Amino acid sequence: MELTVGPNQFFWPADTWSAFYDDLTRSPVNHVVLGELVCSKRLPFYQDRIPDAISNLIEAGKDVALTSLALVTLKRERKLTAELAEMGVMVEVNDLTALTHLPRDCEFSVGPLVNVYNEGTLRWLASRGARRVCLPPELPIGSVAVLAATAAELGVAIEVWGHGRLPLAISGRCYHARLHGRTKDNCQFACEDDPDGLDVLTGDGKPFMAMNGVQTLSDSYACTDHQIDLLRSVGVSALRLSPQSRGFTRLCQLYRQRIDQDLAAGDLATEVRAASADIRLSDGFLTGAYGAEWSETSPQSTTSR
Amino acid sequence: MVMEIVCPAGTPAALRAAVKAGAHTVYCGFNDETNARNFPGLNFNRNEMRAGIAFAHEHGSKVLVAINTFPRAGDEAIWQRAIGDAEICGADAVILADPGLLDYATRTHPRLRRHLSVQAAAANADVINFYAETFGVKRVVLPRVLSVPEIAAINSETDVETEVFVFGGLCVMAEGRCSMSSYATGLSPNMNGVCSPASHVEYREDQGVLDARLGGYLIHRVERGEPAPYPTLCKGCFSAGEKAGHLFEDPVSLNAEKLIPQLQKAGVTALKIEGRQRSKSYVAQVVRNFRMAVDALDAGRPMPEGMLARLSEGQAMTTGAYKKTWR
Amino acid sequence: MSNSQNLIPQCPAALAAALRVVPLAPLSLSLTVFSRKIAKNHPDLFQRLGEHSRTAFVLDPTDLPIVLCLDPNDGMPKVKLTRGRGTGAARISGPLAALIGLVHGAFDGDALFFSRDLVIEGDTGAALALRNAIDDAELDLSHEAAALSGPFARPVQRLIALAERQTGLCLTRPEDVAIW
Repeated sequence: MELTVGPNQFFWPADTWSAFYDDLTRSPVNHVVLGELVCSKRLPFYQDRIPDAISNLIEAGKDVALTSLALVTLKRERKLTAELAEMGVMVEVNDLTALTHLPRDCEFSVGPLVNVYNEGTLRWLASRGARRVCLPPELPIGSVAVLAATAAELGVAIEVWGHGRLPLAISGRCYHARLHGRTKDNCQFACEDDPDGLDVLTGDGKPFMAMNGVQTLSDSYACTDHQIDLLRSVGVSALRLSPQSRGFTRLCQLYRQRIDQDLAAGDLATEVRAASADIRLSDGFLTGAYGAEWSETSPQSTTSR
Repeated sequence: MVMEIVCPAGTPAALRAAVKAGAHTVYCGFNDETNARNFPGLNFNRNEMRAGIAFAHEHGSKVLVAINTFPRAGDEAIWQRAIGDAEICGADAVILADPGLLDYATRTHPRLRRHLSVQAAAANADVINFYAETFGVKRVVLPRVLSVPEIAAINSETDVETEVFVFGGLCVMAEGRCSMSSYATGLSPNMNGVCSPASHVEYREDQGVLDARLGGYLIHRVERGEPAPYPTLCKGCFSAGEKAGHLFEDPVSLNAEKLIPQLQKAGVTALKIEGRQRSKSYVAQVVRNFRMAVDALDAGRPMPEGMLARLSEGQAMTTGAYKKTWR
Repeated sequence: MSNSQNLIPQCPAALAAALRVVPLAPLSLSLTVFSRKIAKNHPDLFQRLGEHSRTAFVLDPTDLPIVLCLDPNDGMPKVKLTRGRGTGAARISGPLAALIGLVHGAFDGDALFFSRDLVIEGDTGAALALRNAIDDAELDLSHEAAALSGPFARPVQRLIALAERQTGLCLTRPEDVAIW
């Protein structure tokens, strides 16, 4: 089983961004998807760092892809999307708009924000040239198993959201800007202050979501410690780890060890918790009754209802 | 050309009420998980659908059948059967969102007109034209994230008809791209056709203070005498950093009646009313008002307005993303 | 402040007072017969309840000293009037006129709920299913009552006549045109 690093969902300073991908050249991951997923306004701040990051990662033996935006509306965004195909690396489609700009014979990846819920859609995407598909995080294990079996027939690699705050929604409205009483056009990049998203609590103080500009994430960090063996057995070929500002290289190592059976089930979650005591984990989308659920009964867990 | 009014019908009675009230077109769904308003007690079995379509056709109205959830892996046949049955029942079009299902409909039911659901969140001309070329889609329901100038720009670049929401519940997230509901409850619009499902709602009133929870999460707490909006996740009252309030969206509903002339200038073909979960009394009143509005517009008379406030959620209205400052 | 609050008549004290003393058992029996008659004439109503076809409902007219417990019983409904809070999985409370207005399609349930003229407690899904099923059934309580025959017809007809006379409530379905 391989490890893929998904595109960074947050807005980091350019130097932090470069250092992150520099660290990844020395990490035990196989695939790296980079570029801007959430907000086109962020891209100019680190766009010139992307070519170097790509070549360093390729030199380090990583397989590299470039993501599309999650929601393409503006003219500028359409142009950006059209230019992706010219960058010379595999494109990860996270809005079907990107597919419309790819040459008909071009192979591509499909990210978790494209709605691949069933065999019909998977077959159709494969017929258009899809070679890797990261499934939507809300899919239960039953669907994952059916899709992994179909993907095997089609020669498509299936990825599952392995770790990190779950992307739950994308909007035309910027919540960070709204929080600061600004509009999206005059956001003054409020999201830069929250390198892992800003916690959103319910009226009685229970952690619920995290805001990240136009994106809404889960409060909890998805963690597949308890599902790795199951996912492998149904034919999932890679786990996707979503970038976070702290301890990410260590996280990659932990998942590598866990996949290689050098770490027992449950130990990965214990290590993650040891590194940040107040973190809430979830794995409910895959095997629970609802997304926020965490399968391990643990006194620290606050995700239970 | 009079703008087309597209009305919701959650029940056969609501369909008849909408048709009698002047709906050019009614949209509805089968009583299962194939449509995005899979609510308890709502929707049409096959016989009701056939009778409802026949009734609408007798009165000169059209019926669109929404099959706009994303088929579950391993169970695609349920959704495929819904398409076949919609055609047999005489539907004027099906409203689809899933590429796999669109592909199926294109191949196996080529003569059945296909509309692209708002759940596909097709938000620019490139992808809309792609759906038209690939699946022969004739109309697209635009996601509620676009401003009027953006809608005009899309219409200038495509021959696909556009349909926009003008009244009712407002999704603040891009439709078909939201898993907040399944995160909290296990049931989602994409998979189950429900958002913030009633089965997971819990109201508790204590000394006049009403708490509304969804899946155990407190979404609203309202004092005595305050309106009580349904606990839809994205319209809840939350806190972040130092701020508290309706961080995503206020408990408002969309009312774009004043923008109808601008939407017509922007090239919009059809105006869609949300609310298959609302009563026939609601549907009929809203339809009547919007029908009067488009007829007045067509005849060059002044537009009636402001008659619909009482029917809306929490009595507050917004024009949503149609005005750019919403973002 | 909602507009609809102004529109919903309160049940006058006379009817409330009468219901404080009359024996409820015969009335419950009559209403059970009445509801079975409705079930027979409107089989769709109970089919629409789906998974909630055996859910116990409490309908609580807040301006009356009684509650109505409805057990759909999979199409063979049972009705029981009681003077306590009653027990059931789902409770819908509001002025009698609002509850009847819902049945007759004169009011929109969501609008009444947003304005808090109606309050739902317990199984919200079941309450919505009942609301939606009733909205589709296009019931006319007076018409249904008039069609009753047998020993239980008189009490129901008398009750409805009394309610109409005393309250000015509309127990006959308004013509579609008249509503708008």
